[in-house]
Amino acid sequence: MKNAKILEPDAPISANKEKQTVVVIGNGMVGHKFIEQLQEAKAAGQGDYEIITFCEEPLLAYDRVHLSEYFGGKSADDLSLVTPGFYEDNGIKVLLNEKATGIDRDAKTVTGSQGTVVEYDKLVMATGSYPFVPPVPGKERDDVFVYRTIDDLDQMMECSKRGKVGVVVGGGLLGLEAANALKNLGLEAHVVEFAPGLMGVQLDQGGSDMLRTKIEELGVQVHTSKNTQQIVDGDDCTHRMEFADGTSLETDMIVFSAGIRPQDELAREFGLEIGERGGIIIDDNCITSDPNVYAIGECALYDNMIYGLVAPGYAMAQAAVDHITGSLKSTFAGADMSTKLKLLGVDVCSIGDAHCRTEGAQAYTFVDETAQTYKKLVVDADKKRVLGAVLVGDGDAYGNLLQMKLNDMDLPETPEALILPSVDGEAAAGLGVDALPDTAQICSCNNVTKGDLCSAIASGCTDMGQLKDCTKAATACGGCAALTKQVLDNELEKQGIEVDKSICEHFAYTRQELEHIIRVEKIKTFTELMEKHGEGHGCDICKPTVGSILASTWNEYVLKPQHSVLQDTNDRALANMQKNGTYSVVPRVPGGEITPDKLIVLGEVAKKYNLYTKITGGQRIDLFGAQLHELPLIWEELIAAGFETGQAYGKSVRTVKSCVGSTWCRYGVQDSVGMAIFIEERYKGLRSPHKLKFAVSGCTRECAEAQSKDVGVIATENGWNLYVSGNGGMKPRHADLIASDLDDETLIKYIDRYLMFYIRTADRLQRTSVWTENLEGGVDYIREVVCEDSLGIGAELEEQMELIVDTFQCEWKTTVEDPERRKHFQHFVNSKETDSNIKWVDERGQIRPAQKTELEAEV
Amino acid sequence: MNAVAQTNDLATQVCELDFIPEHGGVCALVEGQQVAVFKLGGKVLAIDNYDPFSEAYVLSRGIVGDLKGQLVIASPVYKQHFNLETGVCLEDEEVTLKTWETEVVDGIVYVKH
Repeated sequence: MKNAKILEPDAPISANKEKQTVVVIGNGMVGHKFIEQLQEAKAAGQGDYEIITFCEEPLLAYDRVHLSEYFGGKSADDLSLVTPGFYEDNGIKVLLNEKATGIDRDAKTVTGSQGTVVEYDKLVMATGSYPFVPPVPGKERDDVFVYRTIDDLDQMMECSKRGKVGVVVGGGLLGLEAANALKNLGLEAHVVEFAPGLMGVQLDQGGSDMLRTKIEELGVQVHTSKNTQQIVDGDDCTHRMEFADGTSLETDMIVFSAGIRPQDELAREFGLEIGERGGIIIDDNCITSDPNVYAIGECALYDNMIYGLVAPGYAMAQAAVDHITGSLKSTFAGADMSTKLKLLGVDVCSIGDAHCRTEGAQAYTFVDETAQTYKKLVVDADKKRVLGAVLVGDGDAYGNLLQMKLNDMDLPETPEALILPSVDGEAAAGLGVDALPDTAQICSCNNVTKGDLCSAIASGCTDMGQLKDCTKAATACGGCAALTKQVLDNELEKQGIEVDKSICEHFAYTRQELEHIIRVEKIKTFTELMEKHGEGHGCDICKPTVGSILASTWNEYVLKPQHSVLQDTNDRALANMQKNGTYSVVPRVPGGEITPDKLIVLGEVAKKYNLYTKITGGQRIDLFGAQLHELPLIWEELIAAGFETGQAYGKSVRTVKSCVGSTWCRYGVQDSVGMAIFIEERYKGLRSPHKLKFAVSGCTRECAEAQSKDVGVIATENGWNLYVSGNGGMKPRHADLIASDLDDETLIKYIDRYLMFYIRTADRLQRTSVWTENLEGGVDYIREVVCEDSLGIGAELEEQMELIVDTFQCEWKTTVEDPERRKHFQHFVNSKETDSNIKWVDERGQIRPAQKTELEAEV
Repeated sequence: MNAVAQTNDLATQVCELDFIPEHGGVCALVEGQQVAVFKLGGKVLAIDNYDPFSEAYVLSRGIVGDLKGQLVIASPVYKQHFNLETGVCLEDEEVTLKTWETEVVDGIVYVKH
């Protein structure tokens, strides 16, 4: 026994009935979900549990559903499902890299491959499945893979560098995912399927044919009705696959994805009851033939069925947790296998009886060959109920149809309207979410019902961002986002909560609408906007908002008299007001790079004006304690030394943080400082709905923390990866990767578009992170607009950015050179005196504002 | 407007009316006290420059406007609003600032004592 730590003789865990030991074998998606749910129950006071998990892989649970994105630039960290610190902070023991190899059900212990022995009160088998490889001669050759783990992917990636052609054996859901992966690796991708159609389980022939057409157009070649006889040496490629019909196909890589089999080896060996065709037999509580052993996920067999989807796995995890805690809130009673997927960018949905096999079933079919969409609706003999559906190319109707089926709802008189496209801009016929019962499950990934959404809305979640945050709906696969939004809108309307999006009482418009009005009508001043579209004098909400829009549209000097009165506190003095009414000054230090001479100037100015100095988080130097009248004097000196304003005071581009990159660092692969300076020089002065922070990292080690920034750029060997909508601060958000391996020009083009799209469409004071969460379609939508130019506004956005870049001026230079403007930088308009109420005390050798008690003591 | 305030018993000179932009504000020293003076909708309005919430003398640097029919100044620090004609704080009616009478003579703004 190499590791005796866990089983200490003087503290036998099982003897302590107050605390049960739960051992989980397998740390895949379902095993991890089980632990999260049990931990949640523990935190809610439903018993005390010691949790131990075996994890055969060197990595903790990751998202296998989105595995192909690993080739699209996502890292293993991006795919991880585990919140950093979750296991450590909750005292959950993880036996990483250790496979469970033995179970003693009498002694209630599990032995691991490294010799660890743990006792359990309850054991949970979450061993998942393994890929089925048909017994084809030659399957054991090199460069033949399965598609299951990150390790498999690493090996495929390695292999792709040696060849040009890749074949996936299996045209099911996972097979098509794998084909996408091959395509992302730059290979000529083929799919070989034994059956006559793709995704034969989920799709009927019509749907399958449409899917094939679309996929072939995307450059994946499909070969159906092919029975592979053997794999031998190829002439032009590594392998030649020979088929039963006499044809053959040459390829450098073969990936088997011909279905899964339950990983039940351990259970079988140690006497748990197994189904005829494999799978650990479980009951409604996910209990196996041993009352202390549970099985969940793809290794479990319920009612003669293996559930190869993640949502039923999660439901099993919950049922097991509810049995262990004794709450018995849920059981597992089978699951609906309806799915909505995006395969190679194509919407593919299947609901219930897709093949029209129910007795008396009839179907409506709508095929649009021009738009390449296929929709089939299967109804019962009375045309009263939905039995199933197939949607390819346009999955919008999925949410409605699924709910109608799951909730056994009456069909409208003309059921075909449910799949017919809308004509003349009329909304497509839907069931109306109002008709859904509260028990209707809207988000199957996180098991969120309509009732859950309604109570969250009633308690104050009035936008999508809040609702997702509060209920977790639409945060996993995102398939239910549209339906969640419909529930939200419907509830708000019903509760009479009119969501007044007007920014204030002076304008009956949203910020987005005002931006549009200003741009399209070429409005240049607040007064003009007020005369045409508003009423009253304005206020501290609409004035800064309009000031900001005018600045990001026309980029005039913000302290022109007509603009100056619109500016918020900091912008009005071009400095950051601190608690005692004095200001801090932050000159721009592009990319955080500064010469010794400039550093000395900052030190001299700080000394001369007795300013407190501090290094900022954005790699700049902040000088505090300047009074209003001192600002132009300080800036005169800074400008003379070559500094420019840093706009630290504005809702605008702040800093571009960088690491030293390939210039100095042993690991850097690109010049991150050079790129950071280029980016900062390009976007400096740009005003926006909220502040914008950037970072550029020179390699994947990510020392500049770019993934917590609004725009993050990370160097790769081939160029730059672009991340967007990250945030640190009060509500951190990990940035999303939207494009990989970009050249400099494309990188800048995408950033131009992203920033301008944000400026055009965000609400006031809405950071990019919240904006993204609230956008219908989220980051995928942003990717389409920015990288694919799906709205056709790319050139326009770039043009608008070009105007801002071309009209940049250092606001402080303009100010110090304008004697009239400088007159406004004095405390009293009618006296040379200064504010006598500002008092300083010394702390650690610098000034700080005196506190009230210190002032009173002085008196 | 850098001249020392010309003061008589009744009023203190602030600045030329044209110096204050429409919706803009300045701070005047009036008999040793700080007064914020604003130009808004054809009126010249004056209120203490002291912001009781931040305890800083900064109201002249806030944004003016109207809320539900009242002419207001928003504090540049924590954004409370004060009625420019009554001095009452909209967020906390127990807090009231002193308002000052103004007049404009020959294009010059005065704050009355």
